[in-house]
Amino acid sequence: MVEFTLPKNSRITVGKTWPKPEGATNLRKVTIYRWNPDDGKNPRLDTYWVDMDSCGPMVLDALIKIKTEIDPTLTFRRSCREGICGSCAMNIDGINTLACIYGMDEIGGDEIKIYPLPHMPVVKDLIPDLTHFYAQHAAIMPWLETKTNRPAKEWKQSIEDRKKLDGLYECVMCASCSTACPSYWWNGDKFLGPAALLNAYRWIVDSRDEATGERLDQLEDPFKLYRCHTIMNCAKTCPKGLNPARAIQHIKKLMVERAV
Amino acid sequence: MPYITDRKRASGLGSAKRGTEKHWQMSLSSAALVVLVVLFIFTFGGALGMGYEEAVVYYHRPFPAIVALLTIAVGLLHFRGGVQILIDDYTRGLTRKALIVGTACLSYAALAAGVFAIARLAL
Repeated sequence: MVEFTLPKNSRITVGKTWPKPEGATNLRKVTIYRWNPDDGKNPRLDTYWVDMDSCGPMVLDALIKIKTEIDPTLTFRRSCREGICGSCAMNIDGINTLACIYGMDEIGGDEIKIYPLPHMPVVKDLIPDLTHFYAQHAAIMPWLETKTNRPAKEWKQSIEDRKKLDGLYECVMCASCSTACPSYWWNGDKFLGPAALLNAYRWIVDSRDEATGERLDQLEDPFKLYRCHTIMNCAKTCPKGLNPARAIQHIKKLMVERAV
Repeated sequence: MPYITDRKRASGLGSAKRGTEKHWQMSLSSAALVVLVVLFIFTFGGALGMGYEEAVVYYHRPFPAIVALLTIAVGLLHFRGGVQILIDDYTRGLTRKALIVGTACLSYAALAAGVFAIARLAL
């Protein structure tokens, strides 16, 4: 349900300002959301100064530098460092994106503000709890469903049909889109969200899949699918340049085609 | 906290097996209102400033009366659907149900009043 104010224990307080590195001339201020479930305190914003002359260009480089050289307690997910794994999704300068492919030079002003993905329970610091998000992905059956006997060699697909998967299969499930969607904020328990729906369409449109009707049946719901109001935050924020809103429109179109 | 799996929580009560019909109806009424509102502005605008007798004569003509009737009917049914979407978005539980009932009552009452008023003028 919609919430206009943060609960008391989620209100952000002023945190620690770490000293500037000695001798550095090219400094950038980085403000990071910090919350530790074990200390019982409210979240806070810590301020760090990063020497840009000895730091890589991406936001993740700055985070790794802070963790390595300044504050080893800073907690965040990261793995591939090239936008493939989707682990380092966070809210940077007001935009949900992947820290590993978001350049610090893309951020105007002196300060870089980093928060966890919005409107998700926080595990610690910049790590959101994505349990429900992943369960929703599992619920759309993200695999090939077939009824015909398995062919001797392979399920064939024409070049044209394979092209229909472009713009869909590239999703890395980083949750940037779903956590940017107001409908998902207010009704995330029922609304599947842009990421799960984009993946649902990826299997609906797959020429080899034989469960199209069942997949559409499963989505035929005022909340699971029709909470999407084409706000387009998902398409605007997707760090991979995908358009979940368009995929959702295609699902709605198929729904109408089979009903009208 | 109940001991249910994440998958069960995500699946919830399953699909309601409806939604497309309402989506289609809202799309249709939106398209209809694009035309109707323009026609209503021109026809109703023509009657503005008239005295009662003149207005009665004006709404005796079928075109302005039918345009007004359709605009009121389609507009209020669209209003009802649109407000329910808002209510579904922002409220839960008993509040949601009460607001949906309230919106339905308000919409149908306004619709009945509008139809009655036009019928009285036109017939």
